[in-house]
Amino acid sequence: MPALEVRSLSKHFGDVKAVKDISFSVNQGEFFGLLGPNGAGKTTTIRMIIGVLKPDKGSILIEGVDLSKNYFEAKSKIGAIPEVGNIYPDLSARENIDLVGRFYGLPKSVRQERAEKLLSDLGLKERGDDLARKFSKGMRQRVSIACALVNEPPILILDEPTEGLDVMSRRLIVDKVKEMNQKGSTVILTTHNIEEASRLCQRVCIINKGSIVAIDTPERLRRTAEKMQIVEVSFSKKIDVAWFNSDLITRSEQCGDKWHFYTEDPDKAIEHIVKVREKQDLKIISLSISGPTLEDVFVKLCEVP
Amino acid sequence: MDWKIYFRAVSVVARKDIRIYYRKAPVFIFGLILPTFLFFAFFVGRELDIHKYFPGFLAMSLFFTSSSVGPLIVPWEKQQGTFERLLSYPVSISTIVLGDMIAGALFGLMISTIVGVAGIFLIPIAINDVVLIFIAFVLGNVCFSSLGVLLSSPGGKAPANIMMLAALVRFPLIFVSGIFIPVSQMTGVGQYITYCSPLTYLVDALNQSTGQVSVFSWWVDVLVMIAFAAVFLLVAVTVLRRRSLRGM
Repeated sequence: MPALEVRSLSKHFGDVKAVKDISFSVNQGEFFGLLGPNGAGKTTTIRMIIGVLKPDKGSILIEGVDLSKNYFEAKSKIGAIPEVGNIYPDLSARENIDLVGRFYGLPKSVRQERAEKLLSDLGLKERGDDLARKFSKGMRQRVSIACALVNEPPILILDEPTEGLDVMSRRLIVDKVKEMNQKGSTVILTTHNIEEASRLCQRVCIINKGSIVAIDTPERLRRTAEKMQIVEVSFSKKIDVAWFNSDLITRSEQCGDKWHFYTEDPDKAIEHIVKVREKQDLKIISLSISGPTLEDVFVKLCEVP
Repeated sequence: MDWKIYFRAVSVVARKDIRIYYRKAPVFIFGLILPTFLFFAFFVGRELDIHKYFPGFLAMSLFFTSSSVGPLIVPWEKQQGTFERLLSYPVSISTIVLGDMIAGALFGLMISTIVGVAGIFLIPIAINDVVLIFIAFVLGNVCFSSLGVLLSSPGGKAPANIMMLAALVRFPLIFVSGIFIPVSQMTGVGQYITYCSPLTYLVDALNQSTGQVSVFSWWVDVLVMIAFAAVFLLVAVTVLRRRSLRGM
């Protein structure tokens, strides 16, 4: 039985079709990513899965339980951080966690024990009794993740949980989510951070304009764009990218002090680059060839300029 | 429907509201100061029969107290981003509405009991029917707390907008509910307008329980307050659900 099954889900707001008939399933214990540009429909999909929005059409099964028919039972199986999902600023970190534990019907001793463990794991042990309003964004998000984990949910749904966080908070949250996944929880993550998705997710689903454009493992998706190779070159001085214009190079992009030349024929492209180098009296400091990243696949599928 | 989870969600929402919104010192103090000021405005320096008008004053205090914070909770939570988070738990719109109503009713019940007991001992006000005054207190608080929740339901993320709407609805009600002019002395259209106000029935029940002139039978007051509360709650749930469907 899949941990989550989404069947023909649709949602519109006025004339805008935010989600168009999407279907996918997530296996038990899987780390699953939902990727897509802004406005693609990821958050609307997540909001329907966690029961905040009602779909116009379609069904959502959480561990086989239909959300529309057994709302409370289905929702008891998930822990979620919605995109707009803050904690109560007038409660302390510990009180916030305790409150959520009450919603899931956890006994007092269990709530206290889990709150202590989560506060300790997320680096908030010393600040557990401070009001959340005094916390930084990163600390609030750590409390938020603690709230989502207090019921030790079989399914964890996180909508951009590390967006805009400092390195320390990001690492603590990612480590905690990975730990939950290793213990058997299914994780569904939406993120803009493609590198993070590539590193964490066993499968990713790319959504664009309300429809699924690809769903597979990051490695298989990367291979679908294998024809495209990247020649990464660093030059000794500033260049004019127009010098390299050629049919061999489909796209050029500056990445720090390096240039990425996208090509289907790296051998001929390098030959062309070397010719330009001689003509313009440039010196190549470094040169390497790499395959496409998940980000390249994402850009290609979503036609992001 | 899993009723155990349903009622647990209602009680936790009510508990959360009391902890976050009602247990604040300024809210509690305001709850006591308001009736004090109303008392001065009503009776000091005026030739009013305190025994005759005390039920109206008590009803007005109860009305303002139980419907004071309720209109603000949903807009506040939407503004803070906690409303959507709340809905991600095993909680539904109707459990939030019921929880908010219970918190407001308990707060109103506590304040109005203090005001009522103070009236009984300090003035003193005679109580003819203890059971009826108890039922009137409970139902009045449930009814007007429900009105408070209803007022919050069309609101977006701006509590200030809801406060204007709440003032627009609550203040006119006190003038058409038999508080200043007893219903028994009203005639024509004015009387019919008074019949449409839920506050009229609380004033009437309190009049009856304190031995003053009442217009309706006690069971009419009780049934009408129950009906108003049910309608307020149903409309609040419907409006919030519709707004939720539109992602608002």
